[in-house]
Amino acid sequence: MGGPEIEQLIGQFARLPGLGPRSARRAVLRLLQQPEARLAPLIRALEAAAKTTRVCGLCGNLDSVDPCSLCRDPRRETGLICVVETVADLWALERAGVHRGRYHVLGGVLSALAGTTPETLNLTPLLSRLSGGEVREIVLALPVTVDGATTAHFLSERLREFGVVITQLSQGVPMGGSLETLDEGTLAAALRTRRAV
Amino acid sequence: MARLTRLQLISFRNFALADWEIAQAPVVVHGRNGAGKTSLLEAISLLVPGRGLRGARLSELARRAGGQASEGWGISGWFDAPGRSFTVSTGIRPDAPRQRCFLIDNEPAAKQTEIADLLSCVWLTPQMEGLFLEPASGRRRFLDRLVATLEPGFARLLASHGQLLAERVRLLRLGMAEPAWLAALEDQLARKSVAIAAMRLDYSLTLNAALAALPAPFPRAHLRLACPLAERLAQAPALSVEAGLREALSAGRAHDRETGTTNAGVNQADIDLLDTEHDRGAAQASTGERKALLVSVMLGQASVLRRHRAAAPLLLLDEPMTHLDAARREALAETLLAYDGQAFLTGTDQDQFRGLGGRCGMIALAG
Ligand SMILES: [Zn+2]
Repeated sequence: MGGPEIEQLIGQFARLPGLGPRSARRAVLRLLQQPEARLAPLIRALEAAAKTTRVCGLCGNLDSVDPCSLCRDPRRETGLICVVETVADLWALERAGVHRGRYHVLGGVLSALAGTTPETLNLTPLLSRLSGGEVREIVLALPVTVDGATTAHFLSERLREFGVVITQLSQGVPMGGSLETLDEGTLAAALRTRRAV
Repeated sequence: MARLTRLQLISFRNFALADWEIAQAPVVVHGRNGAGKTSLLEAISLLVPGRGLRGARLSELARRAGGQASEGWGISGWFDAPGRSFTVSTGIRPDAPRQRCFLIDNEPAAKQTEIADLLSCVWLTPQMEGLFLEPASGRRRFLDRLVATLEPGFARLLASHGQLLAERVRLLRLGMAEPAWLAALEDQLARKSVAIAAMRLDYSLTLNAALAALPAPFPRAHLRLACPLAERLAQAPALSVEAGLREALSAGRAHDRETGTTNAGVNQADIDLLDTEHDRGAAQASTGERKALLVSVMLGQASVLRRHRAAAPLLLLDEPMTHLDAARREALAETLLAYDGQAFLTGTDQDQFRGLGGRCGMIALAG
């Protein structure tokens, strides 16, 4: 339909999470039909975000400052660190407003099959934060999957030498039922645009 | 007890569109070979979560025409149960080809166990007759399916156990010296293995109690579970069995790295079906005796499910009469006529179902 530039733009949008080819096409069409009202501000916002966003060297969060504003916030407990898999998990916990300490983003969970090893995890900064001696408790808020449980077990072993208290978020999911959340999530996504067969 | 009153298939196996009203039970499905008798039973078996009575992959289920597989397919069943009617549907939508979906009354099922609460199936297939002459892995799958029908959480436990086994073997093969990682996998493996062994053991005791109560002329079958872990569980607390397995896994790392296998745990288990009267295993039994033993297990499982899940399961019997002698055909027909659930039977030869005396529904498949 559109020229190669438009198709390329649609392709970029369709690669974003939550957008399929159809919604990507709609979004791009809206932008191109209103260049002043929609497209130009988006270009400016993208440029500004690209220029200023950095990964926090302490916790792995994304922010325009490094260390991030959460790590700088003096009202947050420095002795309490919540370990999460992704920045999205960190933001979700922040929106819920349930954690008053600091965070640490691992950037993945251990999986030999997927090639995620301790070396590819954002682990070294966590170890150096702990060797400072200020931390007294680590809360592991990792996904309730086989890989999440493996990573939690691995971390509690590796962090033992620092003498901190290690706790886990209570998920209300029994051991052995660890894939349940994952399956329901994928099933729910697949059924969102359901139709009777 | 839920009774199937209507079954509709769309682009499933060799059916483009098929719709049957089912008024009577039991139901005999007849037609020549290749007409789709087993596929019809398979369709019913797929209304409950799992891979169905053929253990098929998703990609095998869509109808193929002109070398091209249909993009989507669907199975819907209408059920009458005391105090409520409901429909269960499953299938693949063309826009989500990799995810089988389940609907209850046309609404997405939030959890697959919701369906397990409404329906259960027990099936008997000709393939099962070969199980006792084949490697143990097939017999473990046979047992695990029986357990999973009774305990809906069991399938998930098996899946995460399988994932842990694959992770550990991969990690060993990568040769990474990360003891805390391996220990994390082995700790979870030990706990899940002991849970699996305990559930298999519990199940075998429950089934054997039901088998001992079956009336003649079905053979007095007994399921013998040979599982080192289950044997240890009978002698020591679960925590110490777990600890022992953790040690065995840790000690077996070099071996498992070489072979790509796991030399300790639930995969050492095997089962046999004994005819207690002749004190003979299924492998030594004649074809007819083996078939009769399997019929006994199926009837035992139905009685276990009726007692523990408060509903008689749907019985799906593919070629049940083949290899049975006249007395047992007669007895099976009587049992099915008296059964308070619903049974579906296939056969090429209508003569096999004389014992039902016409007191059954018929589905004729033309092919
Ligand atoms: Zn930070």
